Amino acid sequence: MTPEEEERFKRARKGRNVVLGLVLVGFVVLFYAITIARLGG
Amino acid sequence: MNSTAAPTPQALPAEWRDFFALTKPRVMSLVVFTGLCGLLAAPGHIHPVLGFTAVLCIAMGAGGAAALNQWWEADLDAGMKRTAQRPLPQGRMTRTDARDFGVALSAASVGIMGLAVHWLAASILALSIVYYAVIYTIWLKPRTPQNIVIGGGAGAFPPLIGWVAVTGDITAMPLLLFAIIFVWTPPHFWALALFVQTDYAKVGIPMMPVVAGERATRRQIFAYAIVLFLVSLVPWWIGGTGAIYGIAALALSGLFLALSVPVAFRRSAVEDRMRPEKRLFAYSVLYLFALFAALVADRLILGQGLFA
Repeated sequence: MTPEEEERFKRARKGRNVVLGLVLVGFVVLFYAITIARLGG
Repeated sequence: MNSTAAPTPQALPAEWRDFFALTKPRVMSLVVFTGLCGLLAAPGHIHPVLGFTAVLCIAMGAGGAAALNQWWEADLDAGMKRTAQRPLPQGRMTRTDARDFGVALSAASVGIMGLAVHWLAASILALSIVYYAVIYTIWLKPRTPQNIVIGGGAGAFPPLIGWVAVTGDITAMPLLLFAIIFVWTPPHFWALALFVQTDYAKVGIPMMPVVAGERATRRQIFAYAIVLFLVSLVPWWIGGTGAIYGIAALALSGLFLALSVPVAFRRSAVEDRMRPEKRLFAYSVLYLFALFAALVADRLILGQGLFA
Protein backbone atom coordinates (compact mmCIF):
# COMPACT_ATOMS: atom_id res chain seq x y z
CA MET A 1 0.00 0.00 0.00
CA THR A 2 1.47 3.35 -1.02
CA PRO A 3 1.40 6.27 1.45
CA GLU A 4 -1.39 7.90 -0.61
CA GLU A 5 -3.49 4.76 -0.47
CA GLU A 6 -2.87 4.41 3.22
CA GLU A 7 -3.98 8.00 3.67
CA ARG A 8 -7.20 7.27 1.71
CA PHE A 9 -7.76 4.12 3.72
CA LYS A 10 -7.45 5.98 7.01
CA ARG A 11 -9.66 8.84 5.83
CA ALA A 12 -12.41 6.47 4.67
CA ARG A 13 -12.24 4.50 7.93
CA LYS A 14 -12.28 7.61 10.07
CA GLY A 15 -15.22 9.05 8.13
CA ARG A 16 -17.20 5.85 8.63
CA ASN A 17 -16.41 5.73 12.32
CA VAL A 18 -17.44 9.36 12.86
CA VAL A 19 -20.75 8.86 11.01
CA LEU A 20 -21.42 5.58 12.84
CA GLY A 21 -20.72 7.34 16.15
CA LEU A 22 -23.14 10.15 15.27
CA VAL A 23 -25.81 7.61 14.25
CA LEU A 24 -25.39 5.75 17.54
CA VAL A 25 -25.64 8.98 19.57
CA GLY A 26 -28.73 9.83 17.53
CA PHE A 27 -30.34 6.50 18.41
CA VAL A 28 -29.51 6.93 22.10
CA VAL A 29 -31.28 10.31 22.08
CA LEU A 30 -34.19 8.88 20.04
CA PHE A 31 -34.70 5.91 22.37
CA TYR A 32 -34.59 8.23 25.38
CA ALA A 33 -37.23 10.45 23.76
CA ILE A 34 -39.36 7.43 22.78
CA THR A 35 -39.23 6.12 26.35
CA ILE A 36 -40.32 9.47 27.79
CA ALA A 37 -43.11 9.74 25.18
CA ARG A 38 -44.39 6.20 25.86
CA LEU A 39 -44.25 6.63 29.64
CA GLY A 40 -46.07 9.95 29.33
CA GLY A 41 -48.80 8.34 27.20
CA MET B 1 -3.25 -12.39 2.70
CA ASN B 2 -0.66 -11.45 0.13
CA SER B 3 0.72 -8.05 1.08
CA THR B 4 2.47 -7.57 -2.25
CA ALA B 5 -0.75 -7.80 -4.27
CA ALA B 6 -1.97 -4.57 -5.79
CA PRO B 7 -4.75 -3.19 -3.63
CA THR B 8 -8.12 -3.54 -5.31
CA PRO B 9 -10.86 -0.94 -4.76
CA GLN B 10 -12.63 -3.50 -2.57
CA ALA B 11 -9.65 -3.58 -0.21
CA LEU B 12 -10.45 -0.02 0.84
CA PRO B 13 -13.24 0.41 3.35
CA ALA B 14 -16.31 1.87 1.68
CA GLU B 15 -16.96 5.52 2.47
CA TRP B 16 -20.06 6.43 4.48
CA ARG B 17 -21.27 8.39 1.45
CA ASP B 18 -21.45 5.14 -0.51
CA PHE B 19 -23.63 3.56 2.17
CA PHE B 20 -25.81 6.66 2.08
CA ALA B 21 -26.02 6.48 -1.74
CA LEU B 22 -27.12 2.85 -1.37
CA THR B 23 -30.35 4.04 0.30
CA LYS B 24 -31.41 5.97 -2.87
CA PRO B 25 -31.86 9.32 -1.08
CA ARG B 26 -33.80 10.91 -3.94
CA VAL B 27 -36.45 8.20 -3.96
CA MET B 28 -36.53 8.47 -0.19
CA SER B 29 -37.63 12.13 -0.33
CA LEU B 30 -40.91 11.08 -1.96
CA VAL B 31 -41.26 8.17 0.47
CA VAL B 32 -40.76 10.47 3.47
CA PHE B 33 -43.15 13.06 2.08
CA THR B 34 -46.01 10.64 1.33
CA GLY B 35 -45.43 8.78 4.62
CA LEU B 36 -45.56 12.06 6.53
CA CYS B 37 -48.71 13.09 4.66
CA GLY B 38 -50.41 9.80 5.54
CA LEU B 39 -49.47 10.41 9.16
CA LEU B 40 -50.69 14.02 9.19
CA ALA B 41 -53.92 13.30 7.31
CA ALA B 42 -54.99 10.43 9.57
CA PRO B 43 -57.70 11.09 12.14
CA GLY B 44 -56.42 10.85 15.69
CA HIS B 45 -53.34 11.91 17.51
CA ILE B 46 -49.80 10.65 17.75
CA HIS B 47 -47.10 11.99 20.06
CA PRO B 48 -44.73 14.11 17.91
CA VAL B 49 -41.72 12.02 18.97
CA LEU B 50 -43.50 8.80 17.98
CA GLY B 51 -44.70 10.39 14.74
CA PHE B 52 -41.13 11.39 13.95
CA THR B 53 -39.98 7.86 14.78
CA ALA B 54 -42.63 6.38 12.49
CA VAL B 55 -41.49 8.52 9.54
CA LEU B 56 -37.84 7.76 10.34
CA CYS B 57 -38.63 4.02 10.32
CA ILE B 58 -40.46 4.32 6.99
CA ALA B 59 -37.37 6.08 5.57
CA MET B 60 -34.99 3.49 7.07
CA GLY B 61 -37.10 0.64 5.70
CA ALA B 62 -37.10 2.22 2.23
CA GLY B 63 -33.33 2.71 2.47
CA GLY B 64 -32.77 -0.88 3.56
CA ALA B 65 -34.95 -2.19 0.73
CA ALA B 66 -33.07 0.03 -1.76
CA ALA B 67 -29.74 -1.35 -0.52
CA LEU B 68 -31.01 -4.92 -0.94
CA ASN B 69 -32.26 -4.02 -4.42
CA GLN B 70 -28.77 -2.82 -5.41
CA TRP B 71 -27.11 -5.83 -3.80
CA TRP B 72 -29.24 -8.10 -5.99
CA GLU B 73 -29.00 -6.01 -9.17
CA ALA B 74 -25.30 -5.07 -9.05
CA ASP B 75 -24.60 -6.92 -12.30
CA LEU B 76 -27.57 -5.33 -14.09
CA ASP B 77 -26.65 -1.87 -12.79
CA ALA B 78 -23.14 -2.28 -14.17
CA GLY B 79 -24.63 -2.75 -17.65
CA MET B 80 -26.77 0.40 -17.70
CA LYS B 81 -25.52 3.96 -18.13
CA ARG B 82 -27.96 5.43 -15.59
CA THR B 83 -26.89 3.06 -12.79
CA ALA B 84 -23.28 2.22 -13.64
CA GLN B 85 -22.01 4.93 -11.26
CA ARG B 86 -23.61 3.33 -8.19
CA PRO B 87 -21.24 2.15 -5.41
CA LEU B 88 -21.46 -1.57 -6.23
CA PRO B 89 -20.88 -1.48 -10.01
CA GLN B 90 -18.04 0.95 -9.38
CA GLY B 91 -16.38 -1.48 -6.97
CA ARG B 92 -16.38 1.06 -4.14
CA MET B 93 -18.11 -1.45 -1.87
CA THR B 94 -18.33 -5.22 -1.58
CA ARG B 95 -21.65 -6.94 -2.29
CA THR B 96 -21.77 -8.58 1.12
CA ASP B 97 -21.35 -5.17 2.80
CA ALA B 98 -24.34 -3.86 0.81
CA ARG B 99 -26.43 -6.93 1.69
CA ASP B 100 -25.59 -6.76 5.39
CA PHE B 101 -26.25 -3.02 5.48
CA GLY B 102 -29.64 -3.56 3.80
CA VAL B 103 -30.64 -6.35 6.16
CA ALA B 104 -29.51 -4.41 9.26
CA LEU B 105 -31.30 -1.23 8.20
CA SER B 106 -34.50 -3.13 7.34
CA ALA B 107 -34.49 -5.13 10.58
CA ALA B 108 -33.79 -2.02 12.67
CA SER B 109 -36.60 -0.08 11.00
CA VAL B 110 -39.17 -2.82 11.68
CA GLY B 111 -37.94 -3.41 15.24
CA ILE B 112 -37.97 0.26 16.21
CA MET B 113 -41.39 0.80 14.57
CA GLY B 114 -42.80 -2.13 16.56
CA LEU B 115 -41.34 -1.01 19.88
CA ALA B 116 -42.02 2.71 19.52
CA VAL B 117 -45.31 2.81 17.60
CA HIS B 118 -47.06 -0.55 17.31
CA TRP B 119 -46.65 -3.89 15.64
CA LEU B 120 -49.39 -3.46 13.00
CA ALA B 121 -47.46 -0.56 11.44
CA ALA B 122 -44.24 -2.58 11.86
CA SER B 123 -45.81 -5.60 10.13
CA ILE B 124 -46.92 -3.54 7.13
CA LEU B 125 -43.45 -1.98 6.99
CA ALA B 126 -41.89 -5.46 7.00
CA LEU B 127 -44.32 -6.55 4.28
CA SER B 128 -43.39 -3.52 2.14
CA ILE B 129 -39.66 -4.29 2.44
CA VAL B 130 -40.16 -7.95 1.49
CA TYR B 131 -42.49 -6.87 -1.31
CA TYR B 132 -39.88 -4.54 -2.83
CA ALA B 133 -36.69 -6.48 -2.17
CA VAL B 134 -37.95 -10.00 -2.82
CA ILE B 135 -41.28 -10.11 -4.69
CA TYR B 136 -40.44 -7.18 -6.98
CA THR B 137 -36.64 -7.09 -7.33
CA ILE B 138 -35.78 -10.77 -7.21
CA TRP B 139 -38.91 -12.43 -8.51
CA LEU B 140 -41.12 -10.38 -10.86
CA LYS B 141 -39.04 -7.48 -12.24
CA PRO B 142 -36.94 -9.72 -14.50
CA ARG B 143 -39.97 -11.82 -15.51
CA THR B 144 -42.86 -9.60 -16.59
CA PRO B 145 -43.42 -6.31 -18.47
CA GLN B 146 -45.97 -5.55 -15.74
CA ASN B 147 -42.98 -5.01 -13.41
CA ILE B 148 -43.61 -1.28 -13.11
CA VAL B 149 -47.22 -1.90 -12.09
CA ILE B 150 -46.02 -4.33 -9.44
CA GLY B 151 -43.16 -2.06 -8.37
CA GLY B 152 -45.67 0.75 -7.91
CA GLY B 153 -47.11 -1.28 -5.05
CA ALA B 154 -43.84 -0.91 -3.16
CA GLY B 155 -43.89 2.87 -3.51
CA ALA B 156 -47.53 2.96 -2.41
CA PHE B 157 -46.91 1.64 1.11
CA PRO B 158 -45.54 4.78 2.89
CA PRO B 159 -48.81 6.76 3.27
CA LEU B 160 -50.59 3.57 4.35
CA ILE B 161 -47.95 2.94 7.03
CA GLY B 162 -48.00 6.59 8.14
CA TRP B 163 -51.79 6.52 8.47
CA VAL B 164 -51.88 3.19 10.32
CA ALA B 165 -49.14 4.42 12.70
CA VAL B 166 -51.68 7.00 13.95
CA THR B 167 -54.95 5.07 13.85
CA GLY B 168 -53.77 1.53 14.63
CA ASP B 169 -56.20 -0.01 12.16
CA ILE B 170 -56.61 -0.38 8.40
CA THR B 171 -59.64 1.39 6.93
CA ALA B 172 -60.73 2.46 3.44
CA MET B 173 -58.88 5.80 3.47
CA PRO B 174 -55.30 4.49 3.88
CA LEU B 175 -56.05 1.79 1.29
CA LEU B 176 -57.21 4.52 -1.11
CA LEU B 177 -53.96 6.44 -0.57
CA PHE B 178 -52.17 3.21 -1.42
CA ALA B 179 -54.33 2.83 -4.53
CA ILE B 180 -53.61 6.39 -5.71
CA ILE B 181 -49.82 5.89 -5.76
CA PHE B 182 -50.24 2.39 -7.16
CA VAL B 183 -52.21 3.70 -10.15
CA TRP B 184 -50.02 6.81 -10.50
CA THR B 185 -46.74 4.89 -10.89
CA PRO B 186 -47.22 3.26 -14.34
CA PRO B 187 -48.08 6.45 -16.29
CA HIS B 188 -45.36 8.32 -14.35
CA PHE B 189 -42.68 5.78 -15.17
CA TRP B 190 -43.76 4.89 -18.71
CA ALA B 191 -43.80 8.58 -19.68
CA LEU B 192 -40.14 8.63 -18.63
CA ALA B 193 -39.45 5.34 -20.38
CA LEU B 194 -40.76 6.77 -23.66
CA PHE B 195 -38.24 9.61 -23.81
CA VAL B 196 -35.24 8.19 -21.98
CA GLN B 197 -33.37 5.65 -24.01
CA THR B 198 -32.83 3.18 -21.21
CA ASP B 199 -30.79 0.09 -21.76
CA TYR B 200 -33.12 -2.24 -19.90
CA ALA B 201 -33.37 -4.43 -22.98
CA LYS B 202 -29.60 -4.87 -22.94
CA VAL B 203 -29.63 -6.35 -19.45
CA GLY B 204 -32.75 -8.44 -20.03
CA ILE B 205 -35.33 -6.51 -18.00
CA PRO B 206 -38.68 -6.60 -19.88
CA MET B 207 -39.85 -2.96 -19.79
CA MET B 208 -43.25 -2.21 -21.33
CA PRO B 209 -42.13 0.07 -24.25
CA VAL B 210 -39.58 -2.57 -25.28
CA VAL B 211 -41.87 -5.60 -24.95
CA ALA B 212 -45.30 -4.31 -25.97
CA GLY B 213 -44.17 -1.43 -28.17
CA GLU B 214 -44.54 2.31 -27.97
CA ARG B 215 -48.16 2.41 -29.17
CA ALA B 216 -49.42 -0.01 -26.51
CA THR B 217 -47.46 1.85 -23.82
CA ARG B 218 -49.05 5.17 -24.83
CA ARG B 219 -52.56 3.67 -24.67
CA GLN B 220 -51.84 2.18 -21.25
CA ILE B 221 -50.63 5.54 -19.94
CA PHE B 222 -53.99 6.99 -20.93
CA ALA B 223 -55.92 4.08 -19.39
CA TYR B 224 -54.09 4.50 -16.09
CA ALA B 225 -54.65 8.28 -16.18
CA ILE B 226 -58.41 7.65 -16.40
CA VAL B 227 -58.31 5.20 -13.49
CA LEU B 228 -56.13 7.64 -11.51
CA PHE B 229 -58.68 10.40 -12.11
CA LEU B 230 -61.44 8.23 -10.66
CA VAL B 231 -59.46 6.72 -7.79
CA SER B 232 -58.13 10.09 -6.63
CA LEU B 233 -61.71 11.36 -6.24
CA VAL B 234 -62.99 8.40 -4.21
CA PRO B 235 -61.67 9.73 -0.85
CA TRP B 236 -63.92 12.77 -1.36
CA TRP B 237 -66.93 10.77 -2.62
CA ILE B 238 -66.91 8.47 0.41
CA GLY B 239 -66.64 11.47 2.74
CA GLY B 240 -63.11 10.68 3.89
CA THR B 241 -61.97 14.20 3.03
CA GLY B 242 -63.48 17.64 2.61
CA ALA B 243 -63.89 19.95 -0.36
CA ILE B 244 -60.30 21.25 -0.27
CA TYR B 245 -58.98 17.84 -1.21
CA GLY B 246 -61.92 17.14 -3.53
CA ILE B 247 -61.49 20.29 -5.62
CA ALA B 248 -57.70 19.92 -5.65
CA ALA B 249 -57.98 16.28 -6.77
CA LEU B 250 -60.48 17.22 -9.48
CA ALA B 251 -58.20 19.94 -10.85
CA LEU B 252 -54.89 18.07 -10.45
CA SER B 253 -56.14 14.75 -11.83
CA GLY B 254 -58.05 16.52 -14.60
CA LEU B 255 -54.83 18.19 -15.72
CA PHE B 256 -53.01 14.85 -15.47
CA LEU B 257 -55.62 13.29 -17.74
CA ALA B 258 -55.49 16.25 -20.14
CA LEU B 259 -51.67 16.03 -20.38
CA SER B 260 -51.85 12.29 -21.02
CA VAL B 261 -54.11 12.75 -24.07
CA PRO B 262 -51.41 14.11 -26.42
CA VAL B 263 -49.06 11.40 -25.14
CA ALA B 264 -51.63 8.68 -25.81
CA PHE B 265 -52.62 9.62 -29.34
CA ARG B 266 -49.38 10.48 -31.09
CA ARG B 267 -46.43 8.66 -32.47
CA SER B 268 -42.88 9.77 -32.03
CA ALA B 269 -41.13 10.72 -35.23
CA VAL B 270 -37.44 10.40 -35.96
CA GLU B 271 -35.49 12.99 -33.92
CA ASP B 272 -38.66 13.60 -31.92
CA ARG B 273 -38.14 15.98 -29.00
CA MET B 274 -40.80 14.12 -26.98
CA ARG B 275 -42.23 17.32 -25.50
CA PRO B 276 -45.65 15.90 -24.39
CA GLU B 277 -43.95 12.94 -22.68
CA LYS B 278 -41.47 15.16 -20.84
CA ARG B 279 -44.28 17.49 -19.80
CA LEU B 280 -46.39 14.62 -18.46
CA PHE B 281 -43.45 13.17 -16.54
CA ALA B 282 -42.48 16.49 -14.97
CA TYR B 283 -46.09 17.17 -14.05
CA SER B 284 -46.58 13.69 -12.59
CA VAL B 285 -44.00 14.37 -9.86
CA LEU B 286 -45.55 17.75 -9.03
CA TYR B 287 -48.98 16.09 -9.09
CA LEU B 288 -48.20 13.60 -6.36
CA PHE B 289 -46.66 16.23 -4.08
CA ALA B 290 -49.58 18.61 -4.64
CA LEU B 291 -52.28 15.96 -4.17
CA PHE B 292 -50.86 14.76 -0.86
CA ALA B 293 -50.25 18.32 0.29
CA ALA B 294 -53.94 19.03 -0.46
CA LEU B 295 -54.91 15.97 1.57
CA VAL B 296 -53.00 17.27 4.59
CA ALA B 297 -54.25 20.84 4.12
CA ASP B 298 -57.81 19.50 3.98
CA ARG B 299 -57.31 17.63 7.23
CA LEU B 300 -55.60 20.49 9.06
CA ILE B 301 -58.07 23.15 7.96
CA LEU B 302 -61.38 21.29 7.75
CA GLY B 303 -60.83 18.20 9.85
CA GLN B 304 -60.09 17.67 13.50
CA GLY B 305 -56.37 18.04 12.92
CA LEU B 306 -53.88 20.45 14.40
CA PHE B 307 -56.08 23.52 14.26
CA ALA B 308 -59.24 22.01 15.68
